[in-house]
Amino acid sequence: MFDNLSLKLDKAFQTLKGQGRITEINVATTVKEIRKALIDADVNYKVAKEVTDDIREKAMGQNVLTSISPGQLLTKITNDELTHLMGGESVDITIEGNPAIILIAGLQGSGKTTFSGKLASYLKKQGRQVLLTACDIYRPAAIKQLQVLGEQIGVEVYAEPENKDAVKIAKAAIAHAKKNNHRIVIVDTAGRLAVDEEMMNEIARLKEALAPSETLFVVDSMTGQDAVNTAKAFNDRLNFDGVVLTKLDGDTRGGAALSIRRVVEKPIKFISMGEKMEALDRFYPDRMASRILGMGDVVTLVEKA
Amino acid sequence: EKTKESFFGKLGKALVGKSTVDDEVLDNLEEILVASDVGINTTVKIIERIQNRVSKDKYLGTTELDSILREEVVALLSDTSDTDLKEFETPPNVKPYVIMVVGVNGVGKTTTIGKLSAQYKKAGKSVILGAADTFRAAAVDQLKLWGERVGVPVIAKGMNTDPSAVAFETVQAGVEQNADVIIIDTAGRLHTKVNLMSELTKIKRVMQKVVPDAPHDVMLVLDGSTGQNAMVQAREFTKATEVSSLAITKLDGTAKGGVVIGISDEFQIPVRYIGVGEKVEDLQVFNKKEFVDSLFKKN
Ligand SMILES: Nc1nc2c(ncn2[C@@H]2O[C@H](COP(=O)(O)OP(=O)(O)OP(=O)(O)O)[C@@H](O)[C@H]2O)c(=O)[nH]1
Ligand SMILES: Nc1nc2c(ncn2[C@@H]2O[C@H](COP(=O)(O)OP(=O)(O)OP(=O)(O)O)[C@@H](O)[C@H]2O)c(=O)[nH]1
Ligand SMILES: [Mg+2]
Ligand SMILES: [Mg+2]
Repeated sequence: MFDNLSLKLDKAFQTLKGQGRITEINVATTVKEIRKALIDADVNYKVAKEVTDDIREKAMGQNVLTSISPGQLLTKITNDELTHLMGGESVDITIEGNPAIILIAGLQGSGKTTFSGKLASYLKKQGRQVLLTACDIYRPAAIKQLQVLGEQIGVEVYAEPENKDAVKIAKAAIAHAKKNNHRIVIVDTAGRLAVDEEMMNEIARLKEALAPSETLFVVDSMTGQDAVNTAKAFNDRLNFDGVVLTKLDGDTRGGAALSIRRVVEKPIKFISMGEKMEALDRFYPDRMASRILGMGDVVTLVEKA
Repeated sequence: EKTKESFFGKLGKALVGKSTVDDEVLDNLEEILVASDVGINTTVKIIERIQNRVSKDKYLGTTELDSILREEVVALLSDTSDTDLKEFETPPNVKPYVIMVVGVNGVGKTTTIGKLSAQYKKAGKSVILGAADTFRAAAVDQLKLWGERVGVPVIAKGMNTDPSAVAFETVQAGVEQNADVIIIDTAGRLHTKVNLMSELTKIKRVMQKVVPDAPHDVMLVLDGSTGQNAMVQAREFTKATEVSSLAITKLDGTAKGGVVIGISDEFQIPVRYIGVGEKVEDLQVFNKKEFVDSLFKKN
């Protein structure tokens, strides 16, 4: 594991000590190390290649300051590049319409239902009237799960346990919201694989019927190389507005975040970091960059130099 | 398949008449392995082994490379220690056979238990399930519904009760009712949460008060789409609970689950089952050869 990228990079540079400028020759090994580190962090291998090619360009001809090592400089360049790639500023969700509709989609077990509860709680704390809607009609006890969360956070849950048509349930929920003055409707849906035609049709129909002002793709931050395929397939069908990264309370490096951002060019809007309803945060690109690189203080160190 | 052929076709062209594998071939190979989540370290290991074989055997064509490659990858996958367990059997003279199912959040533990119960039942075994996930919202209901669906009893004490007590009572009920198989569902937990990990150790210990050598199998469930973190999961869960088998889920998607090769190699834990869907019948006994073949198949 790459616990400290800049140390690795320094090693790669050691053979070339005394050189004060980053050149084609001495950058090659280093770029390879960076690529390895990215892949180890689960960044998609194609994305890792593109990104490191960009980094190589940026690094060429740069002068190495006396107070920092070339490895540190490269790390800083890499970190800046990743931060930039992940979108700079954090982006808000769009809440528009009466009621405003937020559609939640993603793979099985990614954390959609938990996130739906968290988002409802977050919006409720801002003083908004929220309704949760249980549109997962497949998974055993999925409706009950959302109802339990709704009860915990004091948000009403709309469900029709006997109804086997997710679109009808969602539409009825909107009618219910209008009647009862709920200003935001969050629609939790079943987990589905991108290759499941029938289920992908269902989520596409939901999106069409509801015209949500925000569609969020929920993804497990531990996902590996497949993240790009899935994100792309969901985006092709849904043209979603943003991404939610879950389970970041663990020790995953979360390279999938970079891959998805790069491939679908949609902002990451929230991060989920725990099972409790409060464990929700906004996304900070710079923190994510450092996390993927597996380093904390190198950047500040370089900044001071 | 077309893509598969073209990959080995490419390899072939680059290899004819050579006694070493050149960079282009290795790059191609590396790409395929890495794209399947095999990880850099294991990929390098596989490539080194192939280079060794190639320089020793002076192989000639693509067919040989193809089979060498497959052989080397298969060799990294550890054997199931008990071949009798293959077709949803339990070891002779072990009754009840106690399985504890562990893993991080949302990987498919409860679903795998539901499917596994159905298979054991089909094989003529009596099964009892224990709902020791008393934490996640509606987890107990989920397992109960699986129990109803499959027709096996579920021991539950409700939400927010002590998971160890549930496990204890389940094993006790299993012994009383002369069950063949007892499966304990546990709450999903990230391996970084120290308290939750030691809770698993406790659940294990408590079961041993009833059946001293329980659990006979600690099954770690891994999500097939998980990347390199699965390696850390295997390490940490093994530390806490001595994991003895793996189940890889969600392989009906486009993810390849290649990380399991490194896990199997490093920790010598056999993969026993794979999950290929959400339905009762979507559980298969792991087959090394088929798994390795699927790595080289493009979606
Ligand atoms: N540690 C941790 N666990 C989480 C987080 N988000 C969700 N979980 C857990 O992950 C598991 C799956 O979460 P769910 O919300 O049920 O996921 P889902 O996407 O709705 O699952 P399906 O409806 O089955 O597709 C549960 O055990 C949750 O408690 C998180 O940020 N951190
Ligand atoms: N496509 C597919 N989905 C699966 C498979 N196994 C489980 N799932 C789905 O993955 C989601 C999570 O499964 P669970 O069995 O609830 O996972 P868990 O590990 O018990 O989750 P927690 O108890 O919350 O940690 C559900 O939507 C399941 O239907 C599989 O092999 N293929
Ligand atoms: Mg759900
Ligand atoms: Mg479960």
